[in-house]
Amino acid sequence: MFKDLFHKKKYATIPSKNTKRDIPEGLMNKCPKCGTIQFSKELEKNLKVCPSCGHHFRMSAWERIQLIVDDGQLEEFDARMVSEDPLEFPGYAAKLEQQKKNSGLLDGVITGQGAIGGFPVILAVMSFDFFSGSMGSVVGEKITRAIETAMDRDLPLLIFSTSGGARMQESILSLMQMAKTSAALAKFQSAGGLYISVLTDPTMGGVSASFAMLGDYNLAEPAALVGFAGRIVIEQTIRQKLPDNFQTAEFNMQHGQIDKVVHRKELKQMLTKLLDMHTVREDAVHGG
Amino acid sequence: MAGELQFEKPLNELRQKIDELKRFGQERGIDFADEIARLELRYKSMEDELYDELSPAQKMHLARHQQRPTSLDLIQHIFTDFIELHGDRLFADDLAIVGGLAKLNGVPVTVIGHQRGKDTKDNIARFFGSPHPEGFRKALRLMQQANKFNRPIITLIDTKGAYPGNTAEERGQSEAIARNLREMAIFGVPIVCVVIGEGGSGGALALGVGNRVLMLENAIYSVISPNGAASILWKDASKADQAAEAMKITAKDLLEFGIIEEIVPEPQGGAHRDVVAQAESLKDAIWRHIQELTVMTPEQLTLDRYEKFRKIGTFSTLEDPAETADLQAPQSVNG
Repeated sequence: MFKDLFHKKKYATIPSKNTKRDIPEGLMNKCPKCGTIQFSKELEKNLKVCPSCGHHFRMSAWERIQLIVDDGQLEEFDARMVSEDPLEFPGYAAKLEQQKKNSGLLDGVITGQGAIGGFPVILAVMSFDFFSGSMGSVVGEKITRAIETAMDRDLPLLIFSTSGGARMQESILSLMQMAKTSAALAKFQSAGGLYISVLTDPTMGGVSASFAMLGDYNLAEPAALVGFAGRIVIEQTIRQKLPDNFQTAEFNMQHGQIDKVVHRKELKQMLTKLLDMHTVREDAVHGG
Repeated sequence: MAGELQFEKPLNELRQKIDELKRFGQERGIDFADEIARLELRYKSMEDELYDELSPAQKMHLARHQQRPTSLDLIQHIFTDFIELHGDRLFADDLAIVGGLAKLNGVPVTVIGHQRGKDTKDNIARFFGSPHPEGFRKALRLMQQANKFNRPIITLIDTKGAYPGNTAEERGQSEAIARNLREMAIFGVPIVCVVIGEGGSGGALALGVGNRVLMLENAIYSVISPNGAASILWKDASKADQAAEAMKITAKDLLEFGIIEEIVPEPQGGAHRDVVAQAESLKDAIWRHIQELTVMTPEQLTLDRYEKFRKIGTFSTLEDPAETADLQAPQSVNG
């Protein structure tokens, strides 16, 4: 009948054999932003930046060090410092062990001395894959010691931040790490020390509200989330949807909070340039 | 009873019974003196028992009590000649923080505090005591002024935390807090901070980098509100009481951790039971610390404050048999 033309035919969905083809763990990678699937090796070659949309994937501390530090060579400080459980907080000790296993790190930051473009620097590089980069006593202490070493050795300081904020399980001790690191920076910076802060995705809460926002220069990677309170908390408070670009690096630059958004491919070059700007060469001053 | 807390209910019920009995006796001309005396004794022992052993959660409820004295209440009783000053000179005057000049026993000081509202309308104007960046920047401006004119700084901490809003983020909430932490560290004048109610997170610490940090007996101080911690840890904000226990937020805990120098006792039942007496004892404590600090030089004050915060933290160093060459002995620094 003519009417039948307007009836939708019902088809059963039979999963194709091909759609469920298993992708070996770690071999392929799907971009969370544009959905492009690519080989992990290709992605790594591209500095973990999606070749089709430019999304910057998160990097672990050691990946970051390989990327930025000359020859990936670092004289590491306090490599074996570990967290305690001062509050005997429910589940904290077990979670620490699990985080160590998953990340291969002992805590959320790697510190040490290395060179960038030939310039010796003191580095602190946070890792989001350990406990969401949260700052407890160990992160606070290692960063404070790195600042003090930069002061002692009269070297520039670079901190790569990525963190969900202060580590709740160390409660007030975590909060006080914000004051401790900021006080060390006060000393270092008022004595003329150079501090470049690189904010990477995401840098939130107690870390952004202490050392991360205190750089003489604050740089950020494209689309990195940088802010104090999280989007969900704010949406619940103001009862409004926030724009998509809220708290991105670009949003922060537009609102005057950071100096520059720098693509990962240009980051090392930009850091080298900045370090060079702060180096007075004898020959340049006295030369003819 | 206005502002009654759940755990105070049995006590208040007994009080009502005593009052009823008194009234009944008067109306009927019957002498219940013995009975009343007996109940009063029982009331007293119940009261002592209740308030001597308050749990962290009960203290949290007292710290948030709607009648708890605010910064302005205490300023009025502790200082004379208070001149409130407004604005950050950049954007606005944030009413969630108040500050200005005042005299403490005749000595000019700068006093700054978080300010909760007294009623709904006041609370809306003051964002429930949760500052925006302009509030922190106003505080910083007043502290810089104090540093310039060599006046001691006294801060009163009472906030659930920095305001979580889009405009606060746009204007640099993180930067405003971070800058206060850095600048407070190097002022050359005495800084005495007192947590008078709730010390919530970075918004509290932004007024909290002092040579001396004191807490009222029932005040709390933590990295995140117990409600926030509960919703993150157990996906259930109503478990705030449990989180309050786990997070070690009381004045006693913080004294043990070496975070604060002194606990200022409260009147039985909390600061709101006798604001004048509370202000009096707090004034004595603040004055004592200011006197001790005033003899120090600016350099000594900066160093003293630096060392106080520098030593906070608990960690240890793993031994590694493979690296005996540069091995450090296991250490534990507990501030």
